[in-house]
Amino acid sequence: MKVVVVTFPGSNCDQDCHRAVELSGGEPRYLWHRERGLSDADAVILPGGFAYGDYLRAGSIARFSPAMEDVVAFARQGGPVMAICNGFQIACEAGLLPGALMRNRTVRFHSFDQYLRIETTDTMWTSAYEPGQILSMPVAHAEGNYEADPDTIDRLEEDGRVLLRYVDATGATSEEGNPNGSARSIAGIMNEQGNVMGLMPHPDRAMEAVVGSVDGRGVFQSLARHLNGPGAK
Amino acid sequence: MTRYQLEVRVVPRTGLLDPPGKAIHHALHSLGYLGVEDVRVGKTIFLQIDAPSGREARGRAEEMCRKLLSNPVTEDYEVSVLGEGEVQDGTDS
Amino acid sequence: MSSAATEVTPRASDPEITPELVADHGLSTEEYERILAALGREPTFTELGVFSAMWSEHCGYKNSKRLLRLLPTEAPWVIEGPGENAGVIDVGDGWAVAFKIESHNHPSAVEPYQGAATGVGGILRDIFTMGARPIATLNSLRFGDLDDGRVRYLFGGVVKGIGDYGNCVGIPSLGGEVYFDRGYEDNPIVNAMAIGLMRSDELITGAAKGIGNTLMAVGARTGRDGIHGATFASEELSEENEAKRPQVQVGDPFTEKLLLEASLELIGSGAITGIQDMGAAGLTSSASEMAGRAGNGVEIDVALVPVREARMTPYEILLSESQERMLVIAETGREDEVERILRKWELEAAVIGQVTDDGMFRVLENGTVVADLPSLPLTQGCPTYERPGVESKEVEELRKRDLSHVSSSHGDLTGQLLDLMSSPNLSSKRWLFQQYDTTVRAASVIRPGGGAGVVRLPGTRRGIAATTDCNGRYCFLHPRRGAAIAVAEAARNLVCVGAVPTAVTNNLNFGSPLKPAIYHQLREAVLGIAEACLLFETPVTGGNVSLYNETDGAAIYPTPVIGMLGVVEDVERVCRHAFTRTGDAIVLLGTNKGEMGGSEYAYVLHDLVAGDPPGVDLLAERELQRAMIAMVQEDLLGSAHDCAEGGLACTLVESALGNGERSFGIDVTLTDEMAPVPTLFGESQGRIVVSCRPERLAHVIELAGSHNVPCVQIGQVSAPEGSFRIRAGTSGVDLPVRDLADAFFGAIPARMDSPAEATPAPDA
Repeated sequence: MKVVVVTFPGSNCDQDCHRAVELSGGEPRYLWHRERGLSDADAVILPGGFAYGDYLRAGSIARFSPAMEDVVAFARQGGPVMAICNGFQIACEAGLLPGALMRNRTVRFHSFDQYLRIETTDTMWTSAYEPGQILSMPVAHAEGNYEADPDTIDRLEEDGRVLLRYVDATGATSEEGNPNGSARSIAGIMNEQGNVMGLMPHPDRAMEAVVGSVDGRGVFQSLARHLNGPGAK
Repeated sequence: MTRYQLEVRVVPRTGLLDPPGKAIHHALHSLGYLGVEDVRVGKTIFLQIDAPSGREARGRAEEMCRKLLSNPVTEDYEVSVLGEGEVQDGTDS
Repeated sequence: MSSAATEVTPRASDPEITPELVADHGLSTEEYERILAALGREPTFTELGVFSAMWSEHCGYKNSKRLLRLLPTEAPWVIEGPGENAGVIDVGDGWAVAFKIESHNHPSAVEPYQGAATGVGGILRDIFTMGARPIATLNSLRFGDLDDGRVRYLFGGVVKGIGDYGNCVGIPSLGGEVYFDRGYEDNPIVNAMAIGLMRSDELITGAAKGIGNTLMAVGARTGRDGIHGATFASEELSEENEAKRPQVQVGDPFTEKLLLEASLELIGSGAITGIQDMGAAGLTSSASEMAGRAGNGVEIDVALVPVREARMTPYEILLSESQERMLVIAETGREDEVERILRKWELEAAVIGQVTDDGMFRVLENGTVVADLPSLPLTQGCPTYERPGVESKEVEELRKRDLSHVSSSHGDLTGQLLDLMSSPNLSSKRWLFQQYDTTVRAASVIRPGGGAGVVRLPGTRRGIAATTDCNGRYCFLHPRRGAAIAVAEAARNLVCVGAVPTAVTNNLNFGSPLKPAIYHQLREAVLGIAEACLLFETPVTGGNVSLYNETDGAAIYPTPVIGMLGVVEDVERVCRHAFTRTGDAIVLLGTNKGEMGGSEYAYVLHDLVAGDPPGVDLLAERELQRAMIAMVQEDLLGSAHDCAEGGLACTLVESALGNGERSFGIDVTLTDEMAPVPTLFGESQGRIVVSCRPERLAHVIELAGSHNVPCVQIGQVSAPEGSFRIRAGTSGVDLPVRDLADAFFGAIPARMDSPAEATPAPDA
């Protein structure tokens, strides 16, 4: 799989995503935000970081980048787009995903390993996991508190588009297990077509046991399976 | 007692670098808004204060600015009284 | 090129040079005489400003330089020692590591958020100007009593400033330390350390090489911020110099990130021959130091420097400390390439001058010469002083204070342990490091919370371990021993994870060296560091000196912070500080001598900073280090944790609780022939608590024995969430480990999670 990692000024997880694709057997390449061209891409990653310093609102300036025009067109044609952390914020600002990421409930930056629960495996992003599987991955954000109007959230739930939820050590959703205060403990969602996924936790930092977790591999394996596998949905 | 509506504007002190303002300025330029000379980003805080007089309400707001709402080293503040009205029954203690 | 006899034109608006003006610039009469001699004429106002900045303590190291020469700086693996932007060492497999620690104490005392943020920014620039990509940061912080509202404001602001800046640039925090003690009430210490990685052949230095090459200012524009910050950082804080406070420097981590990428691309392109941060004393120090290192001169026209504000004078442009700016030396003819790279990263670059052959630091304003100074006296001519140093009688008395009443005190030991674990110094620092990104770059093998942190080098099994250490109370009571202990403890923290201690960067935080008692501390501390570093073969490759940390005459504890790096051969085989298995044997390496001088116990429970600090046997430490490295490399251990503040009991608590993921009970019996308090809480050095599977115990004991390290099993790890039991003679402690966890993890949040009580104003 050929995966394009978009680098915005201020992106700081582009290298981590590049490496995660490599570790998953894919061929990554960077696309600087002012460049164009996704014709060779099988998938796109919007990486984490602080695009434009997150000044004004996280993701608000980045969405006007020339590369984002191509990313939006790519997504509209059904191309897979994985939006991690700041990438999720950018995808929401660009209208690729519904809702917005607000300040964490604690009004502080959160950096720790977070338990997550896989809510559906019937997607191109989560097929490599077990239903209900509990994962642990790093989170690192100040604005990860997912909010949308109740109708939107109901529709996400009904359509099975909530992919990941924050949970506590027992695997249950709870106030303690949802430190940033996201609506219904939502950690990751996808769009109606299922080809754009946004998530706040960092699968790109959970690829190797030596750095603490391999639970992020499944996201990349799922994508690879979708792109390469004969049984691709 | 009268209830006063006050607006507090907190802005980066003149002469200090304002990184958000700088980034937004740059972004506006690249979106084609070339006539923008300068951008500075501050915040607006709305207060409702019950006080015997507008002067007193403003005085309290200014004290809040010095103590909490602004950083005296990096920010300036401006307090304006937007409006006033009688205190409704049962809303004050 | 012009000759040395250039006519210098004073500007019409310049103030007259008076003795008062000279004094205001922090220069003594004697120093001014030297300037007159070097120039053979009176300096202009602009020139006076330049000299003042370059001959400040911050840039000229005038009171510490002679002492710093005592430090060992060489080893076969040292690529760059002191004098460059950062030290560089070879770490194997073709990789080199640049690292340095720097203080931002004075700015943080005035504006904690921006002070700390710009501190992080500055140290990162020192790293990437060597051609190294920053891979980790650490922070060494000191504040007053956390129950004070102003201290909470300072602490909260500093933590947020460090976090916001480092998180945005995307550099993981690996650790560090923070202490709270009344000795730092008005003068917090904010030392930031950064580590960068490069191929060993990619080194670039801050030298203005190649006559005729072009000087370019890149990055942010120059504003009026921080003018005379370097002089400010060289004076003590008082009501009087409130008015002299420079405009606060504001950090822009977004620009920093762009500058980082642009600088590394510039260095990789070969279009530049030198690069340096415009840090303290801004354009003045960067240009003159780069000229000085290459033995060349420079000529700059300040009218060409991109500015943020209108009508800036040469004086202001030369001395501005606006952040996120660099000075680069471009190869003649490749200026466009430099500009292209900068433009790609949405930054500005401007040609501002060239390298000359006449050794002069020459400044023009629209072609008119406004300063023309020989660079040698400017960069090397700063007078250095060796001052009289005499120990303060008060300190001597405090050290000789008999603490037997502390040692023999009784009472509820379980309650005392809870009091200690919930004191801000011994409690968990999770509240801080959960606000720092610790996992970005996906290479953090050991994150903050234990002793040393570890990052993996890309594409290898090798890792770099790092730690910062210093107990200011020990240094206050016995500067030489306290400093040696700081080095020994840093090394112990490294060997506990399995790293071989390799090199040191230090940050000497002291009061005014003009006072004999303080100069004594400084000299003694340098001697202590020198002795330990020599023996451990950990050369000092650079660092920073921060003096005049005083308010209204009261100085901080002498705080020579040691930042130490180690090399880990195999990151799959590192060891962590938390117990890992029920049933493991708990083993103590080293001997408890029951020393209570300068202890946390004496401070928390008796409100005392007194007594003789623990002794340190450097040869025994070295044996302990070797034994420890061997144990980790042979994969014998479940955990390893250094014994430090709070003694053995607190070390056991920390290993039982880890970072809070899970906790274990313990069953320990101590048979030392001494009273329970020193048995549990004495702070003897040279001790490490390890745990291992019972079947490996014999091997551990044998290995320790072969290094002459005392080694004895003191108990075992019991059930998760079990009881925490230590028997010491007829008494001891016994409580559910959950209670300890509540005390340990709850202490700082309980004080910090009511932000309204943290106030910038001392008495608002």
